[in-house]
Amino acid sequence: MSLVWLYAVRGAAAAAPTRTGVDGEEPRLVVHGELAAVVGTVSEQGFDEQALAAAMDDLPRIERLARAHHGVIAEAAEAGPVAPLRLATVYRDDAAVARMLAERSSDLAAVLERVRGRREWGVKVYVDAKAEAPAAEPAAEDRPGTSYLLRRRAQRDRGVAAAERARRVADTLDAALAAVAQSAIRLKIQDARLSGRTQDMVLNATYLVDTAAEEDFRAVLAGIEGDGATVAVTGPWPPFSFAEAP
Amino acid sequence: MTLAHPDDELSLVDLLDRLLAGGVMLTGDTTISLADVDLVHVSLRALISSVSTLRGEPDA
Repeated sequence: MSLVWLYAVRGAAAAAPTRTGVDGEEPRLVVHGELAAVVGTVSEQGFDEQALAAAMDDLPRIERLARAHHGVIAEAAEAGPVAPLRLATVYRDDAAVARMLAERSSDLAAVLERVRGRREWGVKVYVDAKAEAPAAEPAAEDRPGTSYLLRRRAQRDRGVAAAERARRVADTLDAALAAVAQSAIRLKIQDARLSGRTQDMVLNATYLVDTAAEEDFRAVLAGIEGDGATVAVTGPWPPFSFAEAP
Repeated sequence: MTLAHPDDELSLVDLLDRLLAGGVMLTGDTTISLADVDLVHVSLRALISSVSTLRGEPDA
């Protein structure tokens, strides 16, 4: 027995992507009217509800699924607008996929219109603590206890000032990027253990940008660097974060 | 600024930010759905505990 994994929905005209899918399968299309679902035939044993729930506690498995899912969708997106599906969307058979396309055709067509000619770019801003210039220590040599307290307060004030400056950089950058982008979404700040950085993340945002505006978008990014902030950009992504109606 | 080249390997956490929290969500009788599972929470727990293991730290 087999199941049907869904990658994305898009217009019916383009050919199926050639990249290997989540189960090592060759992606194919289920067409209904003007829409096509990019799907893959996967084993029931590896992709039923129980297997998928177990996979979500298995990091190497999540990673393989995520990279394969993203890879197929990214290739599909090169041929035109796509509505990416959330990871782990599995149907019983092609007939069920076709019924879904029929029932959701107007929503899906609206998503495709919204993302047409646009790509998603991720922007993360970190506070670069090392760029922090040390302020002069307040002197109170004759009173060691007071000196200690003053030093502690100065350290704390510098930390607060750095955090405030970083937040200001993040807010300014977010506003400037959002002005150039079609849509903007703030994602949750990533756990420092996951980013592998010692710096604190102050902005994790993602933007849907017209391809014609990408140069402006990059110009904003190039202009904001500094002031103790480190900016990291990822993309272009298929429009995962803009697939649901705003 | 670091600009990720398209060929660079995407970080898993950036991927999961989008693939588990974004994308069109479909549910229905014919779907095998994990809609009731907090995917982001579940997978991040796996991710954090695995990162901690790699670094020899106690689990989060």
